[in-house]
Amino acid sequence: MYKKKENTIRWIFTILAFSSLFFLVGITITLFISAWPAFQEIGLFEFILGREWYPTYDPPDFGIFPLIMASFLVTIGAAIICVPLGLGSALFINELASQQQKALLKPIIEILASIPSIVYGFFGMVVVAPYLQKLLQIPVGQTAFTGSLLLGIMATPTVCSISEDALSFVPNSFREASLALGANRWQTLTKVTIPAAGSGISTGIILGMSRAIGETMTVLMVTGGAAIIPTSFFQPVRPMTSTIAAEMGEAVVGSTHYHALFAIGLILFLITLIFNIIAELISRRYRLKLGLGR
Amino acid sequence: MTNFKKFKILSTFFLVLLLFLPASVKVSASEQVIVVKGSTTVLPIAQPCAEVFMDQNPDIDISIQGGGSGVGITSLIDGTCDIGNSSRPVKEEEVAKAKEKGVELFANIIAKDAIAVIVHTSNKIDGLTLEQIKAIYTGEISNWSPVGGEDQVIVVVSRDSASGTFEAFNELVLHKEKLRPDALMQASNAAVATTVANTPGAIGYVGLGYVTSQVKAIKVNDIIPSKETVNDNSYPLARPLFMYTNGEPEGIVKDFIDFVLSAEGQKLVEENGFIRVK
Repeated sequence: MYKKKENTIRWIFTILAFSSLFFLVGITITLFISAWPAFQEIGLFEFILGREWYPTYDPPDFGIFPLIMASFLVTIGAAIICVPLGLGSALFINELASQQQKALLKPIIEILASIPSIVYGFFGMVVVAPYLQKLLQIPVGQTAFTGSLLLGIMATPTVCSISEDALSFVPNSFREASLALGANRWQTLTKVTIPAAGSGISTGIILGMSRAIGETMTVLMVTGGAAIIPTSFFQPVRPMTSTIAAEMGEAVVGSTHYHALFAIGLILFLITLIFNIIAELISRRYRLKLGLGR
Repeated sequence: MTNFKKFKILSTFFLVLLLFLPASVKVSASEQVIVVKGSTTVLPIAQPCAEVFMDQNPDIDISIQGGGSGVGITSLIDGTCDIGNSSRPVKEEEVAKAKEKGVELFANIIAKDAIAVIVHTSNKIDGLTLEQIKAIYTGEISNWSPVGGEDQVIVVVSRDSASGTFEAFNELVLHKEKLRPDALMQASNAAVATTVANTPGAIGYVGLGYVTSQVKAIKVNDIIPSKETVNDNSYPLARPLFMYTNGEPEGIVKDFIDFVLSAEGQKLVEENGFIRVK
């Protein structure tokens, strides 16, 4: 009787655990099926390398190269901002902060993560963009840089909390051994602690970038939405996510435009998948280097 | 009774209630159905009107679908809908096709859609011609000085190319010529207004109902955009919106169209940013 109950519960939890696999496979298949007609009708190379996005004109142009470039530009900008911010806060919290400072900082950074993205977007559109426009004397404040700035701040909690976890898992014996050998605090930090937490830190950075490239509402509101190949940070751009969000509601179901939006989603999915694979590879390499194996 | 037991009884009660909910909805469901298809521009009028109409007439069910003006008119000709929404008058081919099938396309003008061209409040420009607006949006003119303004770069703000407002602007101003690629594309009328309000060199366009005091609506071909100039057809950036029916509307279809044209329906038209026709 008892055995039977235990088995049932075991099965329930197995099914629950594997349900995420089911969702992943389901979403991937749906994406592929809905995106496939776009590749057939437009052609893979014309789609990815095409330089013009005029989906509702006659004849339409479905080139997403400007959109891909925009997504990368905004994400790289966000990384430049969130890595020093997130890693710096993690190092401070873990290595330097007193108990009181820790108790203050950790919840604050978590609150930063819980602000809805539309609030960031609204703040960016109404406050940041006009301010940057006046400050930098540029014609328009809604630029790739504005998007990077906000996404960088949004990704900071991800980078910070994962890095902070990784740093706290570095055994104290590592630090003590290093200090005992005569290394100073800086040397211990850069030569021992950071490399030991390297896998966690890089995972945090890459997950932060993953969040940035997939973020939709904020970029839709602050990057301007011009489908041009960006030549500087201070130009309006149109990332992939905001294109899908802005046009999906209006595209005629079953049209080339509709399928093209799914195809953008598929490419975005592949990019974030690559990000995650890289994160996994880096963390393995670090584990091997430190002899922690698995 | 323990708290747990109370909770159990209460939750069972609610579950039973939930089970009955769909049944009670079904009982009031009707036999009479109006199918409405077509223009996404007309959708924001048709949707709220249908909701209020169905509340008042619980025995009538209205099903509304988008798809575009072409889809609406084609479905009306094929007999798969009762009302075909359209943001343009019917084309000659469509009239001919309808005749073949014995369908008479009857135009009911239910509202007007007007677009105001807006600039930053600091801009000295009072008005532009349609040609100038077109030249600005296609990129031929990129500075305010050739059109009588200060020496300042023009920031072109547009609605997303998939939106109904863009479709109207494209038809009335651009005549299907391509927008300059670096134009800012905004996802809503409100976003266009906010961007223009915050950007000194900007020009944008919004539905007439979305003009606020934070932006300046300019004259087009010397005509001020207003309800009066739209209704006497002198303002060039306006177009009628139609609900096409097969012949003059009859029965419940007539009831619905009469409702849209009633004071209550026209109020909904106005609330959603369009111009009332009655």
